[in-house]
Amino acid sequence: MNAEYTANPKVTAPKIIAKKIIVRDLSFYYGDFCALKNINLSIAEKMVTAFIGPSGCGKSTLLRTFNRMYQLYPKQKAAGEILLDGENILDKKQDLNTLRAKIGMVFQKPTPFPMSIYDNIAFGVKLYERLSKNDMDERVEWALRKAALWNEAKDILRQSGTSLSGGQQQRLCIARAIAVKPQVLLLDEPTSALDPISTAHIEKLIDELKEDFTIVIVTHNMQQAARVSDYTAYMYLGDLIEFGDTSVVFTNPKRKETEDYITGRFG
Amino acid sequence: MPTFLREASLKRHTILDLLFRNLTRVSAFGVLVLLAAIIGSLIIGSMPTIRAFGFGFLVSPDWDPVGERFGALIPIIGTLVTSAIALTIAIPVSFGIALFLTELSPRLLRRPLGIAIELLAGIPSIIYGMWGLFVFAPLFADHIEPWINDHIGTMPYIGPFFSGPPMGIGMLTAGIILAIMVIPFIASVMRDVFEVVPTLLKESAYGLGATTWEVMWKVVLPYTRIGVVGGIMLGLGRALGETMAITFVIGNSHELSKSLLMPGNSIASALANEFTEAYGDLYTSALIELGLILFFITFVVLSLARYMLFKLGKREGQVT
Repeated sequence: MNAEYTANPKVTAPKIIAKKIIVRDLSFYYGDFCALKNINLSIAEKMVTAFIGPSGCGKSTLLRTFNRMYQLYPKQKAAGEILLDGENILDKKQDLNTLRAKIGMVFQKPTPFPMSIYDNIAFGVKLYERLSKNDMDERVEWALRKAALWNEAKDILRQSGTSLSGGQQQRLCIARAIAVKPQVLLLDEPTSALDPISTAHIEKLIDELKEDFTIVIVTHNMQQAARVSDYTAYMYLGDLIEFGDTSVVFTNPKRKETEDYITGRFG
Repeated sequence: MPTFLREASLKRHTILDLLFRNLTRVSAFGVLVLLAAIIGSLIIGSMPTIRAFGFGFLVSPDWDPVGERFGALIPIIGTLVTSAIALTIAIPVSFGIALFLTELSPRLLRRPLGIAIELLAGIPSIIYGMWGLFVFAPLFADHIEPWINDHIGTMPYIGPFFSGPPMGIGMLTAGIILAIMVIPFIASVMRDVFEVVPTLLKESAYGLGATTWEVMWKVVLPYTRIGVVGGIMLGLGRALGETMAITFVIGNSHELSKSLLMPGNSIASALANEFTEAYGDLYTSALIELGLILFFITFVVLSLARYMLFKLGKREGQVT
């Protein structure tokens, strides 16, 4: 591999005071293929961290290690440490269901479950808590309000989640994820299937959600990363090239590769 | 090429096209004509018994070829009960098979297991019947029926349905054999529809912390319900109309009995057994009316399935 791409993250690491997640020497393998090479970075609490980079750079893979989604697939494995509040979530003893209650995820495409809007949100909550009808109603309303969907959905809670528009469906998925009251929200290209107006909605929402949640977003769209994130990590071919304050990374990148990418000369 | 030749070839193409279009149309409408013809001839054929017994035919347990008194109650019950037993066993087992094949099985096992299930579906029903009579029924009589008699047969309320001499043949045996026959159909349809569920949908549920069971039961199954019900209907269709395997093991008795361990009869097996010896118009006509009833049951079952899907969709909120 090109030696110049072997990043030393310490050089570009931003100053983060409250670290929610600390990634140490993380490598990831799809069978024999090494998709992440010795990643080191920290995710700031109640901030938005964006992962950018060209397709195949490993940004989604990195995101999917945070809730161990890769574990569904037998040939994928991770080595290293990911500390969530100081606890290594890659530990074999880590209970996956509790981990996923703490770390919610929203995907590239809206994925409403084939049930009513209300049940979509209650689904996750029911996995962990026994709530009375009233408490559940309140929780559903709370989640929908947080996801800025309450006004549109309050009169059609019994309708199918699939009857909503694409942008509404994605906000439903965000509501569903936060209804469980996670600490971290992983967004895997959440607007890639949406129109510009819905995208703007979601971006505004991300800004509001960071008051309560630590947010990690993977995006193909550099402007989006610049708009919504506090910290940005640029990745390329499984390496973390540069990680820093978003304003610095986009205006005054330390590394030439990052500059080439964000100015559009490459990728 | 001279112009007139090109025109001739164009004309020939137009004619061929026209011919082809009408041929497909005839084939499609042919199905309707055939359906109407079958219903028509069944109705005409059963007129003598309809005239002689009226609706009483449906609820009478009589079957007396000598006295020429006929009733369809026993075969109707036999058909419905054996099919119900078959589905009760086959649906959960098929769901388990499909779940294992799509979610849990190691990749290496998937293909061989899938092929085995498809092979099972291809075995002619007469083989199931022979196996049922010569292998399964004796085993059932020696080992399982005495246990059923002792344990379930003594229970209040359901006991009478599960007591009787351990003969090996009877409605329960027929139902179990039917279950084995329809499992491959239901399981392979379920597997096929589970496989097309978007990965992201499943990951979303896993991402919320759902277990495999919760993902399958609460997300995959509702998502695929149309296909699943379709698969079950395919199995039910086969169970209702199955003839040979049932004839071997059901006992072919026109006696009304509460117990599932006692021999009974089904519509299809009564038809198969008795057509050759049916003398007299009324006897033949009674058998034809049995056929008409089977036709009707299948039709009602399919309509109910459609209605059920409609209701499910409504509850989920798609139709408002």
